[in-house]
Amino acid sequence: MSNTPPDLLYSKTHEWVRPEGEEAVIGITFFAQEALGDVTYVEMPREGDALTAGGEFGSVESVKAASELVSPVSGTVVAANAELETAPETLNSSPYNEGWIVRVRLSAKPDGLMDAAAYEAHCAAEKH
Amino acid sequence: MKTIFAESVPGRGSRFFASDAPAAAKMLPAGLLRSRPPRLPECSELDVVRHFTRLSRLNYSVDANFYPLGSCTMKYNPKFTEYVAGLPGFARLHPLLAQLGRGAARTQGALRCLHEIEVLLCEITGMEAFTLQPMAGANGEFTGVSLMAAYHRAKGRARAKMLIPDSAHGTNPASAALAGLEIVNVESRDGMVDPEALAACLAEHDGDVVGLMMTCPNTLGLMESRLPEIVALLRGADALLYYDGANMNAILGKMRVGDAGFDVVHLNLHKTFATPHGGGGPGSGPVGVNARLLPFLPAPRVVKGEDGDFFLNDNLPQSIGAVGPFYGSFAVIVKALAYMLRLGGEGLERVAEYAVLNANYLKKRLQNVLDIPFERICAHEFVASAPEGLRALDIAKALLDRGFHAPTVYFPLIVRECLMAEPTETESKQTLDAYVEALREIVEQGGKDPAGLAAAPLNMPVRRLDETTAARRMALTEDMG
Repeated sequence: MSNTPPDLLYSKTHEWVRPEGEEAVIGITFFAQEALGDVTYVEMPREGDALTAGGEFGSVESVKAASELVSPVSGTVVAANAELETAPETLNSSPYNEGWIVRVRLSAKPDGLMDAAAYEAHCAAEKH
Repeated sequence: MKTIFAESVPGRGSRFFASDAPAAAKMLPAGLLRSRPPRLPECSELDVVRHFTRLSRLNYSVDANFYPLGSCTMKYNPKFTEYVAGLPGFARLHPLLAQLGRGAARTQGALRCLHEIEVLLCEITGMEAFTLQPMAGANGEFTGVSLMAAYHRAKGRARAKMLIPDSAHGTNPASAALAGLEIVNVESRDGMVDPEALAACLAEHDGDVVGLMMTCPNTLGLMESRLPEIVALLRGADALLYYDGANMNAILGKMRVGDAGFDVVHLNLHKTFATPHGGGGPGSGPVGVNARLLPFLPAPRVVKGEDGDFFLNDNLPQSIGAVGPFYGSFAVIVKALAYMLRLGGEGLERVAEYAVLNANYLKKRLQNVLDIPFERICAHEFVASAPEGLRALDIAKALLDRGFHAPTVYFPLIVRECLMAEPTETESKQTLDAYVEALREIVEQGGKDPAGLAAAPLNMPVRRLDETTAARRMALTEDMG
């Protein structure tokens, strides 16, 4: 698996978005989980919570740091990944699949996000 | 590791004496009563002495080893200050005495110490007044933030946003959030607060910004170079500027934060003024303010009357109230005062000079060992990244095996595989050189044998701890039997 799947959209703050019709799935990228190190706790919104693009919607704690989750889209949470409550390490082992964080019903079309190539360039710039 | 309970032998120690006091059952609700008596360890004096001596030898302290923990100022704590704080007039003073009727007359010496350290702290920082109540740095931050909020409230404004640079100490956003404020992150440029980014934040949250919390020099060990612009921008929005005193050691006697335009400052007496700390305290986090914030300081305040006598003033109608018990960490304050008087103004200036010299010497010597992201002259500390392919954590653990405390790792978050070292002024060139050689060896070893490095430490009381499992499956209680 590539570290930056080509079919996703990416935010500057290292969240990914997989649009699926009226809905979208959100998680954090391979780069983000690697920078954080072993994830120990994921604080997630609940079903029905409203997310605003650019707004905080939870946090990820690792052995190194606690980091805010910034929503890349606006909408309403339809599901949060319950598996992360008991197995936060899933964020490390499968950031793009089993480690998804929330599923959102979009209230606006995703805007201002990057494609995989632009995101890889963004990560390369951030390394220095 | 064995606890004192493991040393217990029935019948060896603790005895209960008959007492006339009413039984607990007469004073407490049934739900709060124990179902059986507490199990107390039964040990002889020798058992106890050996147990705690053993524990103390597992401890790591600045009295035994170099301790370059960044942003923590683990300098040597001279022993004469312990003598001063242990004088019976200080050590046996009852904390309530000063507050009793005519009690001030019997505690003039203690009140004078509190007054004198306030005068000295004002002189050093250029502030108008200090409260000595906060019990440590984070308590000081909470106090400072509360004072800033009180300033805006008194002007009839309900401002809710605190601006915090991304290089700030984690306690800054935590303190502001505890005080009920929302945090707005200000992105830095070249490791420093960027006035353009600040102006954009002020515009975006126009009329809603309480202030900006700054650490200066910042956690990268860099002196902010655009401070006057930052001060002007905040003044324009009538927002306040907070100085986090964690890095005060770098500027003692060299820069007065009040003159530079800061409105409120907390100091860590336990860092800058050499009182023992680490492992949770005791600390002392006095907060200084300029005239704008003075009316809101915690009560009571020690005041010098016209007759030259000292008294406690409780009549402060705009005060935010008490933030700590009594007058703060009194013994810590006495030690800090003794340290300041012993060094004098010239000595305190030399503290900053040697702290900065030591950090720059270390940084220069490590240039070919670690990756140093900022080449500018640093202040009292500097950040470095582990060389490509090595992990900061492995290097830190390997340092323990070689008799050095690790630097702060993975902080600040904006530096990759970060190792942040603050040598302080009290270390000799020989110690710094030995630390450089240890790091050189470690990096060499890591290049040849990364797996070996990942196994460190080998010679400590415990080997590599599984921090991940400890954080994922927390055990916060222990069965006391």
